[in-house]
Amino acid sequence: MLKVRNLDVSYGPLAVLRNVSLHVNPGEIVTLIGANGAGKTTLLRSVAGLVPARGGAIAFRGAEVRGVRPERIVAAGCSLVPEGRQVFAAMPVRENLLLGGYVQYRRAGRRESRHDVEHVYELFPVLRQRERQLAGTLSGGEQQMLAIGRALMARPALMMLDEPSMGLAPLVVKDILAIVERISAEGTTVLLVEQNARSALRIASRGYVLENGRIVLQGTSDELLANRDVQRAYLGSEVEAERGPAAGKGERP
Amino acid sequence: MTWQPDVETIDRAELEQLQLERLEATLNRVYRNVPVYRKRFDEIGFDPDSLRSLADLRRLPFTTKRDFRDAHPYGLFAVPLRDVVRVHASSGTTGMATAVGYTRNDLKTWADLVARVLVAAGVGKDDVVQVAFDYGLFTGAFGFHHGAERLGASVIPVSGANPNRQIQIMQDYRSTALVTTPSHALTLADALVDSGVNRSALALRWGLFGAEPWSESMRAELEEKLKLTATDNYGLSEVMGPGVSGECLERAGLHVAEDHFLVEVVDPETLEPLPEGQVGELVVTTLTREALPVVRFRTRDLTSVVTERGACGRTLARMGRVKGRTDDLVIVKGARVFPSEIEAVLFEIEGTAPHYQIVLERRSGQDEATVLVEAGDALAGRGEARAELQGAVQRRLALELGVSVEVRIVDPRSIQRSAGKARRVVDQRRP
Repeated sequence: MLKVRNLDVSYGPLAVLRNVSLHVNPGEIVTLIGANGAGKTTLLRSVAGLVPARGGAIAFRGAEVRGVRPERIVAAGCSLVPEGRQVFAAMPVRENLLLGGYVQYRRAGRRESRHDVEHVYELFPVLRQRERQLAGTLSGGEQQMLAIGRALMARPALMMLDEPSMGLAPLVVKDILAIVERISAEGTTVLLVEQNARSALRIASRGYVLENGRIVLQGTSDELLANRDVQRAYLGSEVEAERGPAAGKGERP
Repeated sequence: MTWQPDVETIDRAELEQLQLERLEATLNRVYRNVPVYRKRFDEIGFDPDSLRSLADLRRLPFTTKRDFRDAHPYGLFAVPLRDVVRVHASSGTTGMATAVGYTRNDLKTWADLVARVLVAAGVGKDDVVQVAFDYGLFTGAFGFHHGAERLGASVIPVSGANPNRQIQIMQDYRSTALVTTPSHALTLADALVDSGVNRSALALRWGLFGAEPWSESMRAELEEKLKLTATDNYGLSEVMGPGVSGECLERAGLHVAEDHFLVEVVDPETLEPLPEGQVGELVVTTLTREALPVVRFRTRDLTSVVTERGACGRTLARMGRVKGRTDDLVIVKGARVFPSEIEAVLFEIEGTAPHYQIVLERRSGQDEATVLVEAGDALAGRGEARAELQGAVQRRLALELGVSVEVRIVDPRSIQRSAGKARRVVDQRRP
């Protein structure tokens, strides 16, 4: 689906990504974890064509997309759900969705677009209730759902999500990740950047760890969850807590 | 049958992408965490960020056994000791044993890779696997033990018991798979004949023999004597242990776990990479090891590697059976001789037992090699026949090796048997 090789990205003299290679197979959920400033967002933005790369190759569905204009990348089937949602605050929910479906509208017409809006409403019933409300008046969780819905409208083969749980209440985070799993189950491949490394690894099949713009670890989610460096740096003390008394409790009759 | 079919039959372009990703991560990690590598990379001005393809690996210096010794015990580890859950040691075939560490993930990967080797060799979860390697610091026994458990087979950790006890257990527990070195398997086969146990009373079906070079003739002999299907497998402690590669039932080379190890073959003298299929020294780079990643380790083992898809459907490269070790290479009057070549000749000559030893001595300033060969039981006590045999062996060896060596026929069972690796070369040149 996606194959990135030796990607170098700089902002001016500052190298943000150094020689990054990763791949996402069709149907997978792959997660990128790393501290703030590690280059995760930059990686997604350069795949989406929003940030120019200085070197390397990005192959999407077998075709080179490095240097291709962002709208063409969307049209090719790769959508980004940006960090901080970036919904069109002054527009109603429905119009946000229709805008996201512009590629599909040009391709298949109004009827298909309407049909896609219905599908998004099925996934996120709350958006139907807020249909005519201005996006800027939605709660954080609702805005995130809208951002995901908007990306879905382009019927992507690969959806890249940048920190979808940022700033959301724990319960809402759970909902959002369940939605990501559902989207994946419906056949969309997912590349997920998530602060909440543990939850991300739970739904992903594989992951990469970025540090200072370099991949330092990669492996299946189980391997990364068991890696002590990952535990210390990204999973925090919750791991120890879970292995302690909580783990013992379940074993008692 | 494959244990991890998605990887064992992976498309080679996909494999290459996976290897590149893993190599980059490995180099980033060793550069950051292992001072020896950081120093070496800096010395040659290599920046891990500049690696563009797998071929760029050739710019990097080799790691040798000496580096393990210099860093003994933990200097090459890339994680703090608190993350290490197991320590083994290299078997120390040559010189000092050195420490090898494993994280929890390393152990998991190891078990899966050995399970691959077992499955490729015919073993399934219904088999009873008798592990006759010595349990201890040596990686062979624990590697197979956990691999067989991972597979779900029943493991009998007999360890290094005496031959009669091994046979007794084989009989009582109805072992279906035997895991040991080929020379030890031969010792067991001989003991089986001596004990008078009916071979058909045994349930043996599979023999996984490794940890030392052995010949096709030896395979034929073991299969005949033990009534099993024998496969070769390969590994070395410095990079993990058993599980690096193993034969499938096609027996057309040992499939390398290329998703975890990058292998190269280089000329042992010039250290230049050799074209596919040529015999040279195997060089291994680990791609997923956490505790002890190793970059371009010179194994000293001589073999060749081909990447053509095997008849079994596996796409992973196959290495030839190890011909010998660069250190076993005996130079006799200028000719390069491997013990395995001598072994192959002996198997073809009637009247000899497949036990031999090469003794190197310095006599009046010149190196002399003497090959001690055990006479078969039929020749015991028959002096004349022995002299005849000696002449025959000597002529045949001179023909095959291109150099004349002295041959001495010795009494049956007079060459010391080993429970582990056979000692084929006795060097008495430096007392």
